Amino acid sequence: MMTNPSETLAARIEARFGDQVERVASSCGELTYEVDKDELGKVATALRNEADFGFEMLIDVCGVDYLNYGSDEWITNSATGTGFSRGVERKTVILDESDEFDPRRFAVVYHLLSIQNNVRLRLRVFTGPSNPPIVRSVVDIWNSANWFEREAFDLYGILFEGHPDLRRILTDYGFIGHPFRKDFPIMGNVEVSYDSDEGRVVYKPVTIEPRTLVPRVIREDNRYSADLKDVRKDG
Amino acid sequence: MAEIQSYTMNFGPQHPAAHGVLRLVLEIEGETIQKADPHVGLLHRGTEKLAETKPFNQSIGYMDRLDYVSMMCNEHGYVLAIEKLLGIEVPTRAQYIRVMFDEMTRILNHLMWLGAHGLDIGAMTMFLYCFREREDLMDCYEAVSGTRMHATYYRPGGVYRDLPESMPKYTESRFRSKKELDRMNSVREGSMLDFIEDFTKRFPACVDDYETLLTDNRIWKQRTVNIAVVSPERAMQLGFTGPMLRGSGVEWDLRKKQPYAAYDQMDFDIPVGVNGDCYDRYLVRVEEMRQSNRIIKQCVDWLRQNPGPVIAEDHKIVPPSRVEMKDDMESLIHHFKLFTEGYCVPEGEAYAAIEHPKGEFGVYLISDGANKPYRVKIRAPGFAHLSAMSEMVEGHMLADVVAVIGTQDIVFGEIDR
Repeated sequence: MMTNPSETLAARIEARFGDQVERVASSCGELTYEVDKDELGKVATALRNEADFGFEMLIDVCGVDYLNYGSDEWITNSATGTGFSRGVERKTVILDESDEFDPRRFAVVYHLLSIQNNVRLRLRVFTGPSNPPIVRSVVDIWNSANWFEREAFDLYGILFEGHPDLRRILTDYGFIGHPFRKDFPIMGNVEVSYDSDEGRVVYKPVTIEPRTLVPRVIREDNRYSADLKDVRKDG
Repeated sequence: MAEIQSYTMNFGPQHPAAHGVLRLVLEIEGETIQKADPHVGLLHRGTEKLAETKPFNQSIGYMDRLDYVSMMCNEHGYVLAIEKLLGIEVPTRAQYIRVMFDEMTRILNHLMWLGAHGLDIGAMTMFLYCFREREDLMDCYEAVSGTRMHATYYRPGGVYRDLPESMPKYTESRFRSKKELDRMNSVREGSMLDFIEDFTKRFPACVDDYETLLTDNRIWKQRTVNIAVVSPERAMQLGFTGPMLRGSGVEWDLRKKQPYAAYDQMDFDIPVGVNGDCYDRYLVRVEEMRQSNRIIKQCVDWLRQNPGPVIAEDHKIVPPSRVEMKDDMESLIHHFKLFTEGYCVPEGEAYAAIEHPKGEFGVYLISDGANKPYRVKIRAPGFAHLSAMSEMVEGHMLADVVAVIGTQDIVFGEIDR
């Protein structure tokens, strides 16, 4: 009988790392492990160097903000006489002032590829409660992480300890904020226009109204039974 | 007078050889590059964030606008990720259509690359030749989707519609004679598959033409041989994929190693370079065009013999046809729900990667069970390639920077996203 290569890998990973890693269930046969942020360096180095794993390529690094995970924009249990709000009234969440984030708010996700073994692996590291969020950089292990980590820093404000050149990459020079955070409005905070009196381009607060054309809804669907679902470990 | 050892020079973002909006800050000593610092993001539109605010299907069009010279391949990556989460089956005919259009897209991309790369380092004729063949493929895009570039043709569950029975023809104009018109329309008399088959017969000779102009051309070789050599170890360490990795001699192609759609049914070869320089990457891409042509031919043959549905029947995800919708209540409800709210994707995460003309194009999708993605991360091959720019140009001359930009096949739509 042919064995599934990702299950073979899973067995090896669990044997080698024990409780440093925790498997995340997947509905589509992908292998995901949650790694403690303090163990990331050790785990990543072993995954690259040891022949059992041979993950010589880091395909992608990305930040994720779990702030609004699983929340609807528009909950109606009955039709109203006044019409629907279209989900326009929304609360803006500004957590940047606080000293601590929810420890499971920001995550960094690494996609690894082993060319010699032809398998993929995903690692997820939660950044913990610190503000700003900090994770160890993996540039010294996989050089391709350089720009990907700069991007995660730019878009999510996640700091990478040990990164040689952590600058913004995609946003404009002098941009304020981290635009992919869920509490950053989609239309931004400032708009630019040319001011003929001052003779230069000026920044002003945005004037457009937020609107939602299609509200975000989560529907219970019995076609996707619970045992197929990805289960979040915190319940 | 103070002696200046090295100086900093700005290149772009408005430079014809910068392939769009690349700004390079170069540290130069004499004419030798010490360090290059690419500044990207001038085309950043926040595609991923925009996708988080829209139902799944409404973002397919955004994918075309990422790498705007290989539109359908981007769509393919995105719909694959959705299909993975939904767990729906794609009809075989749709898979063959996707493979055919992926390969046509690969030829489109490589022709654009070859033309622009040639133009950048002094082979102007290439640009005109390449665009001549691109025109035919663009016509196929138009015939199947109604638009020449941003097709939005792939949908979760299949493709939007079946291949058309006829090709649009050129119309009379005072700039063309009757004879000229008849010649141009002669290949467009039959169905779209006839037109594509005719293209696959013509195309190898066209590639021969390009090769006659470049492969043994002394100037071309002087500009590309031993320029920006990347060892296979470094290529993997730097996250190179696609022709950039194969040019360095690593035999890695997702179409073979992790086949998706109908690639496991196709007979084709993976070209691999030896030296890892610009010339080898050129040879790899030219050979890829020939291999793509082979795949297209196989798809045409299969598609001729196997009619069938091109999109899944599941009306929770795929809208019913107009006709059904008009006289069936349930179809009307499905139609209404799909177009007002979209469909909910079960909670979970998926990463779907395809062999894009430029390398591995991956879409990482997190869904929390809503009708909109929770997070979409697009893994653009060019992003990893461009990050290695400094290493590749170090020690080379200023003029070689242009050759390196060319060989990396940079398109800013995907890098800046």
